[in-house]
Amino acid sequence: MKASEISVGQTFEKVVVEDLKRTQLVMYSGASGDYNPLHTDDLYCKEAAGYPGVFAHGMLTMGMTGTLVTDLFGAENVRKYGVRFTNQVWPGDTLTATATVQDIREEDGRAMAEVGIETKNQDGKTVVLGAATGLLED
Amino acid sequence: MSDEKTVTFPVEGAHVMMFARSIGDYNPAYHDPGKGEGNPMGAQVAPPTFPQAVAQFDPDYPLRIKDGEAWFGSGGKPSGIEGRPATSGGLHAEQHFEYTRPVRPGDVLTARYSQGETWEKESRRAGKLTFTERLVDYYDQDGDHVCRARGVGVRTERPVDRG
Repeated sequence: MKASEISVGQTFEKVVVEDLKRTQLVMYSGASGDYNPLHTDDLYCKEAAGYPGVFAHGMLTMGMTGTLVTDLFGAENVRKYGVRFTNQVWPGDTLTATATVQDIREEDGRAMAEVGIETKNQDGKTVVLGAATGLLED
Repeated sequence: MSDEKTVTFPVEGAHVMMFARSIGDYNPAYHDPGKGEGNPMGAQVAPPTFPQAVAQFDPDYPLRIKDGEAWFGSGGKPSGIEGRPATSGGLHAEQHFEYTRPVRPGDVLTARYSQGETWEKESRRAGKLTFTERLVDYYDQDGDHVCRARGVGVRTERPVDRG
């Protein structure tokens, strides 16, 4: 993203997953190494842990939301990315991430932008809330 | 703050590809090491949350089946461990990364873990919450800083209401 192309208050939106599949939870478990049965094992969730079924790793939701951040800045330009997990994400959810430009500044001679990040599910409930900072191209 | 432990994390292109697929990111920069030349990203890089996959290389990581140890997920029964508490060791409350530079395949990272703050809070949806903070600093093969990860975990008194 170029400094000349953005301004404070501008928003960018991306559907980061539609109808989240249980298979994607399995893929994330395998790639990340987080094999918590809460994310892959319905029987364990229902009968041992007291949940209605499997739900997404917070880090999967952060990762999917992060695709908006890297689409904006390019993965090599991201300097900060942080979130709070505010609600669980379930199979079947459709998530929409929004980035809102909050600040554009120069640090060590490089233009940078800070964006607020919010991801909501199909019911409008916020699932992650955070911010990211990235270097801008000249 | 003293280091609790260190873990060596060799970053491989195939692992980056699998991780990118799992978060639904099909950017060619994550998938094809040959895309380095002429690719706007310059070379294959890892997605920003990839450092978390250090779990694969942590010998003590609790959320992986280990040789000779009981596993709490289901087999013939709903849990492999009788009397296992309803909450299986906590949930993730926050995660923050600060990058000095992007992670790339070929990096051999050293992750240094340290404990941060601990605090408590009452919640309507899950009873007493106990928060613990953990810091992981990643250094590369030259000893240069690559990334700092700050995670906050929460243990709940009971399963979180779906409210």
